[in-house]
Order: sequence, then C-alpha cells, then structure tokens
Amino acid sequence: MTSGYPSKAFQPPTHAGVAVPFLDIDKIIGDREIKIIICCGSGGVGKTTTSAAIALRAAEAGRKVVVLTIDPARRLAQSLGVGELDNTPRPVPMIDTAAGGSLDAMMLDMKNTFDDVVIAHSTPEKAEAILQNQFYVALSSEFSGTQEYMAMEKLGQLHSEAEANGTWDLIVVDTPPARSALDFLDAPEHLSSLLDGRFLRLLLPPARGPLRLMSAGFSMMSAVITRILGSQIINDVKTFVRAFEALFGGFRQRATATFQLLSSRHSTFLVVATPQHDALREAAYFVDRLSEEDMPISGMVINRVHTSALAISPERALSLAEDLAGASTPLEVEALRRHANLMRLIATESHQMERFASARPGIAQTRVQSLPTDVTDLVTLRRVGALLADKD
Amino acid sequence: MSPRHTLHIVSGKGGTGKTTIAGALACALASSGRRILLCEVEGRNGISELFDVSPLTGAEERRISRTPAGGVVHGLSIDAEDALIEYLDTFYHLSIAGKALDRFGAVDFATSIAPGLRDVLLTGKVYEAVRRKIKNKPNAYDAVVLDAPPTGRIAHFLNVHAAVAGLAKVGPIRNQADSIMRLLRSATTVVHLVTLLEDMPVTETEEAAAALRPTQIRIGTVIENMVTPTPLDDRQLQAAATGSVSLKVPGLTIKQNQALASEFGIEAARTLQEQQRHDRLTALGLPLVQIAFDHGGIDEGAILSIAEQLTDQMSLEAV
Repeated sequence: MTSGYPSKAFQPPTHAGVAVPFLDIDKIIGDREIKIIICCGSGGVGKTTTSAAIALRAAEAGRKVVVLTIDPARRLAQSLGVGELDNTPRPVPMIDTAAGGSLDAMMLDMKNTFDDVVIAHSTPEKAEAILQNQFYVALSSEFSGTQEYMAMEKLGQLHSEAEANGTWDLIVVDTPPARSALDFLDAPEHLSSLLDGRFLRLLLPPARGPLRLMSAGFSMMSAVITRILGSQIINDVKTFVRAFEALFGGFRQRATATFQLLSSRHSTFLVVATPQHDALREAAYFVDRLSEEDMPISGMVINRVHTSALAISPERALSLAEDLAGASTPLEVEALRRHANLMRLIATESHQMERFASARPGIAQTRVQSLPTDVTDLVTLRRVGALLADKD
Repeated sequence: MSPRHTLHIVSGKGGTGKTTIAGALACALASSGRRILLCEVEGRNGISELFDVSPLTGAEERRISRTPAGGVVHGLSIDAEDALIEYLDTFYHLSIAGKALDRFGAVDFATSIAPGLRDVLLTGKVYEAVRRKIKNKPNAYDAVVLDAPPTGRIAHFLNVHAAVAGLAKVGPIRNQADSIMRLLRSATTVVHLVTLLEDMPVTETEEAAAALRPTQIRIGTVIENMVTPTPLDDRQLQAAATGSVSLKVPGLTIKQNQALASEFGIEAARTLQEQQRHDRLTALGLPLVQIAFDHGGIDEGAILSIAEQLTDQMSLEAV
C-alpha cells in the first residue's frame, strides 16, 4: 500500500472479521502418523495437480510416497513426467532424494483391478466364469460406482502392501471426479448393498427360509423386470450373482475395513476448490458430508486464487486509462484495463472465499495463487507444493 | 423465422461454465412468445443455483425465468428413478408396480447397476419433453436445452444405442433406445461443447469431438468461454510478454509502472497462449463462439449478457 491513495475501495476484504485458520501442509506431511491423504473436490479444480504436488513435496521431505490417481485424463502422468501410468506403481524419476524419501505414481485401471480381485479370490474355473459373464463385463467397465469402489479396493491393497513390507509410509489419493459430492464415500456401500441386497436375493430362486414367503410377490416383480429388460439380462445377472456370491463377502469386508481406515487418525481429507461460487458450493457439500461422517478433515486447498502486486483500484486504473485514451499509448491503456479487470476478479474471489469462511469458520484454508502456465513438469509441480505450504 | 434446432445439448469439462452457458442459451432461445425447457441430469441443483430459485424437485417443470424479450424458460431436474417410474406408468400402466419395485430396491438396482439403462432413462425423459404435444400447438416447448454430463463422458452418455446393445438385443428398452438415438441423430438436435482456452479443456474438447463423430450426432458450435479480448496485435503482445516494454503511465511512480508492466507481461503471455489454443480449436472446422470473461462473477445480468453474446454470434444454422 505504497501508492498513497485512498485504498479502501480495492482492499480485498479477505480475513476481514473472520480469522481463517491456516492449513499447514508441511505439518501434515511431517506427521508420520498420517499415512493417507485424500484429495477430494469437484471436477476442474486442480485436484490431480494438488495431489501430485503434495506427494512430491512429501517425498522430497523424506516420506516414502505413492500417489494414486483415478482421473482418466492421464493428467498426473503429464505432471509427473511419467509416460504411461498403469495399475502398477512406478518410480517417478528426477526427484530430490536427499532427505531419504521416494515417490511412486500409479493410475487406477478400474477393470483390471476388478479382474485381479476376482482372479485372486476364486478358483480358476469360477474366475473364468465370472470374467466371461456379460453382466460382469458391463458392471466392471461401466457402472458409475465401480470406479469409486475399485479406488477403495486399490487403496486398501496399497495400504496392506505398505504395512507389510514398508515400501511406502504415505499414500496420497486423488479421488474420481464425482458425479455428486457423495460418490466417493457412498459408492462402495451402494454397490455392496445392491449386490448383497434384498432384490438380488429375490432373483435367486429358490429362496431359502422366510424369503420363500415372498415368492408370490417376487414372481410379479420378476415378470415386470423381465418385461422391461428382457430375460437375457435376468439370466446373466443370476449366473453372475451365483458365481460372485462367495467372493462378495470379501469385497464387502475389505470395503468396510478401508472405510474404517479412512475415518482413523492415520488418514486425512483435503477438500480442493477454486474461488468461484459453484466450486465453493460443491466444496461446502464435501466439507459438510465429511463432517457428518466424522471423517478427519484437515481443511481446504483453494487453487487458482488471483493476486496482484500493484495496489491500484480498478476505478483508478480505468480513470487513468481513460485519460490516456487517444494518446498513442495502446500498451499502457490495455495494461491498465487488464489491471482493473484483475482487481475486480480479486474482489469477487475474495468475497466468495469470505462468504465460505464465515459459513464454515472452523475450516482451515491454504490458497494457491493462479499460475501463468500449465503445470506439466516437476519444477512447476514443486513450485505448486511450495505455494501450498506457504502461509501467503 | 424459427430456429431449426429443437434440442440443444451443452457439454464441457468441469469448471468451464457449461451450466452457465446452458442457462444463457435457454434465455437466448426464449425470444418473444417462446417456451424453452432447460434440463439437468446430474442432480446438482445447478439450474436452481444459477437462476437463484428454490431447488427443482421431482418431475416439476417450473418457470424459472421470463426473458426481457418476452419468452419463458422452464427448469427441470431429471432423476433416473422418477423417469423409470414415469416410464413404467406411460408404457405399461404400472405405476403401482413401479412403487412396489422401488420398495424392493429394484429401481435403485436397475438405474445404477444395469449399465446404460440410467442414461437411456435420462435421455428418454429429454426425448419425451422434446416430442411432447399440447393442445393447439405442435410442441409443448419450442426448444429444449440439456445441461449434459461433462465432455469426458458425453459421447458415452449420448450413445444410448451402444449402452443397451450389449444387454438388450430386442425388447422395449431396445426400442426406446432406438427412438432416442433417431432423435439425437436428427437434424433438429445439436451438441455444443463449452471450453476455456486452456490446455486440458481444449484437449478434452478435441477428444469429445472425435468421440462424437462415429455416433452421427451433430456438433453445433464450440463455445470458448471466459475469453479476454484484446485490441493489441501479436507483436505488441510478444513485446509485453517478454518484458521488453516499459510502461509510462503519468501519475504512477516508476515502481508502480514496473509492477504494472510485469503484471501485464503475465497477462500478455496468457493471451498469446490462449490464441494458440484458439488456433487448435479452429482446426476442428466447427463454428466457434466467444464469450467474454465477466470479472464481476455470474448473476442474472451476466447470464443475460452471455445470452446476448450467444444470439449475436450463433448463426441461424447453429440456433
């Protein structure tokens, strides 16, 4: 504020009245008891970049890290300079290992994870029958919740592996771009209850015990479903459920174990957003839902926050531009107009973040300023990590 | 002259403002005396938030806006389970069975597990709205705008044919999928892809355009959202971006002029990058529309301003 001009109009109202606690990423990374960091948020807010930046920073601070991304856009592969990510964690080259850390990266292959589980937990003949089933093929590649379910399954696997042989001491998870805010938490439970639920029980004739009493109602159901979907689907489903039944108890058990792990003090959630109204609204859903489930939230990462080093209000910048218009100084005029726009944007963003903070006062925040370039290399990723950890 | 498209499907990567553009397009189409339906399928209350009205629930098609031009926009949030029950009722007179099925968890089962069925139900409801007739009028709505799933899933979502192909070779669902597909492929349906001039969204737009080609569904326009127009030419922008200009704004100190120049350098570099991305989109050979970035955020005025920009730039062909 060296301009010497009245500065009230442009001063971002950030933190005014509301003391927003600072989300200290380095403290989380430094806490050896934290073994899992989950980054969640809506699509297009920089979740993948945030996960990768935190993973890199933790690795260079001495943690043995594996980062699991689920995003099909293969963005992490680009950010980490690894050509192709697949279901196997691969070491990220060129990182600074002076502190004794390491970084592996992997991308979830939903169908292969599902296939692997089927193969690992059943006899070869049974596995073959399941893998060939039309309904399984569709379920493992298309059901919208499968991705989330398999993410949990993979996370559980990585965690067991890490505990067993000490390959990693920190898992950073980038969640799927959720169709709704609740998918990541709900999908495993949803899929379990569907596969395990009453309806499928009913489909499996002949029912044992009390279920037999429902059989009249059931034939009506079955007739309706068959009429709508056709008998072929019903047969596929029946065959699938029979083959899958033994396997499924294990699935459910593991999903429950992973859910418990996520609620424990060894895990922490970061909600990622940008300072726009709709992104923050989605973030609010996440925060509320995680709180309801008693999940451990560390706080919010707000990406792409605009800043300016020049403390001149938009009004003054525009009036200076107006004075210059007509003179042969097109660069100056354009620079001033752009500055005015930037200051307006900063004010809008501050207002949005302020509103969020006052509605959810306990939630710590860290803000990452908008970068002039795309994050596609380790150097930029490292810079993002520094900005994340920096208390402005 | 009445615009030729009756179904507009708006997609875009997360964060590109696709819901805002869909809302603005509905307003743009709602010229004097016209009725437009704006639908969403992802249950996020995006429409009600955008228009600042209470959430749309169930099957209600509530009026959410009356445009200055004298048209109206109705909003509908399509839910797969409601659509299934409505479907059962319409085609089989089975609303009671539908409710019973719901109690058994069957509706949930059918809409989430039977892959593709969910998408058929959602697009099926859109189909119904497009084809709906009312007294003395050929159509209940003059046009329907669908705020569709993001570009990463759009081809899959719209390709209902493929979705049910593996499951139902014959039967009512298959016939339903065939009718929907005919509508989507017809000359009265058009897809608009919303993008920012950033690397990832442009890449996804290119991928979506390629993925839509084999479905034979037409792409109307690519909408470049949040664009910052500039009166400067390439040479001037280059000079600013490389830091080889010094600014002299009278009334500012040397330090302030330097800060302004360095801030402008970053802006100029970004504008140059945006122009490269614009060139990539031009290579798609599709009509491009540019929407200016609104630095004040999105409110009713901003929606109408975007609607105006859409009206000005979209040819009758695309509208």
